[in-house]
Amino acid sequence: MSRDLYDLIGLVAAACFILALKGLSHPKTARRGNLIGAAGATIATLVVFFYGDQLPLKNLPLILGAIVLGLVIGVPAARKVQLTQMPQLVALFNGVGGGAAALVAIVEYLKLGEEAAEKGGAIGAAILIATIFTVVVGTTSFTGSIVTFLKLQELMTTRPVIFPGGRFVIAGNLVAILLCSGWVYAAADTTSVLVLMGLSALFGILFVLPVGGADVPIVISLLNAFTGLTVAASGYVLEATLLIVAGTLVGASGTILTRLMAEAMGRSLFGTLFGAFTATATAAGATDTRPVKSGSAEDVAILLNYARRVVIVPGFGLAVAQAQHTVRELADLLTAKGIDVAYGIHPVAGRMPGHMNVLLAEANVPYDQLVEMDEINPTFPQTDVSIVIGANDVVNPAAKTTPGCPIYGMPILDVQQSGNIIFLKRSMRPGFAGIENELLYDPKTTLLFGDAKASLTKVVGALKSL
Amino acid sequence: MSSGLALISIFVLAVFVGFEVVSKVSSTLHTPLMSGANAIHGVILVGAIIVASHSENSLQLTLSLLAIVLATINMVGGFVVTDRMLEMFKPKKRPSDSDKSGEVK
Repeated sequence: MSRDLYDLIGLVAAACFILALKGLSHPKTARRGNLIGAAGATIATLVVFFYGDQLPLKNLPLILGAIVLGLVIGVPAARKVQLTQMPQLVALFNGVGGGAAALVAIVEYLKLGEEAAEKGGAIGAAILIATIFTVVVGTTSFTGSIVTFLKLQELMTTRPVIFPGGRFVIAGNLVAILLCSGWVYAAADTTSVLVLMGLSALFGILFVLPVGGADVPIVISLLNAFTGLTVAASGYVLEATLLIVAGTLVGASGTILTRLMAEAMGRSLFGTLFGAFTATATAAGATDTRPVKSGSAEDVAILLNYARRVVIVPGFGLAVAQAQHTVRELADLLTAKGIDVAYGIHPVAGRMPGHMNVLLAEANVPYDQLVEMDEINPTFPQTDVSIVIGANDVVNPAAKTTPGCPIYGMPILDVQQSGNIIFLKRSMRPGFAGIENELLYDPKTTLLFGDAKASLTKVVGALKSL
Repeated sequence: MSSGLALISIFVLAVFVGFEVVSKVSSTLHTPLMSGANAIHGVILVGAIIVASHSENSLQLTLSLLAIVLATINMVGGFVVTDRMLEMFKPKKRPSDSDKSGEVK
């Protein structure tokens, strides 16, 4: 195959990726967009096997074996994962992509170094810089994503992990990475690049550890942008235009998403990433003994039966309990009684951007019933009952009233303005961000303790028998 | 134009295309978009195959084969999981009120 044909096919694949992202921006075209992207990736992968200095490719059996191994691991993981675990899987996939990009850059760098040593030349400066960038950012993305995965899977604490002098350790780590980059640039040998990889791996861990649970969606999209850029940089090293285009597209979309997320949380990106270092340990764990009003499923059903407008506010607790189908059943029942029902979706409800939309879509909730925060907030004063299901931080008025608390400044769903508030909660435990919610003690609030799905089933039953 | 400059031109133009294409995404689709974009950077698999086929010694070969495994997981897993999510976003009408309303008194 000629180089021109090879490049032309690469161009087709790049166009597929652009169409894929374009399609993914609209619900109607999204699935087709994703398939176009998959087609582009398949074409790009197949064509590599027919282009090269020698055919069949050297190490072909091993290469095919590695691909099969990847398929055996990746496909079942993607098929079997529950929707609640989607965020950590995406984080993991992102991490392995970053790791792959870093490895590719290292191998190419080692090879160029050997060639340069044989021929007495040197590796070009631009190539070296791109390599260093890929190794640093790719490895950071890899270990950072692993820590994110551990946090989301709750294999480790979801609270920010802050240790004394953490800021100085991170700063020292960054300086070490810079110095080591200089070493790689000057020495161009194996040891230096492996040390650089180790330092970057440490940085990825240190960088994600202090990020609090509520900010994880931002970190996932940021790491996604990182991986995209590393792929673009390895495309530069390998002189593969397709990788440059694909990586840059992902970098751009990741950046946009990160910015949108940060805006939704009402804070700067910098504040999110480094806020935990400055935040004093807030009164987490301070047990409050004030009375709360807890009600039965029948109480809730009566309240709902006489409402004219009900807003459902879902959070991660809904996902944990797999209660999305029961919620829809409840909403259908209320709609049939002539009650106006809408879902109030906070942009960062759940564990990743738009997480709630995916869950409710699974339960066949039409997406025009899912109302974004800015649209639903003005309607709360006319809302008789708000049902908050497994959400906490996104309705916590402390975000408006308590300067200094970790979520201060985050726009919230103004459920406190509605006539009645029902909280479905497993316990009085505070949310992912670990902040006490004043709203729970509000006289308008009724708490229904228990697993969200079990509670909702009881409410549906009670509502039917009214 | 030198090849380095050509590559950088492609990069800069791709930045603009990327921002333009994704700028008006609705929040409904943030998760699939991120997951789909995630799958797209799995195309690093192409780079991993290229370096594997050029590997001169066992260190290079081991690292590049590892890269192939990781990149395949990223790419294939990413597209599959995105498709699973989007399957649920297929256009649909209002929830079938008919099968529920019968039960309500």
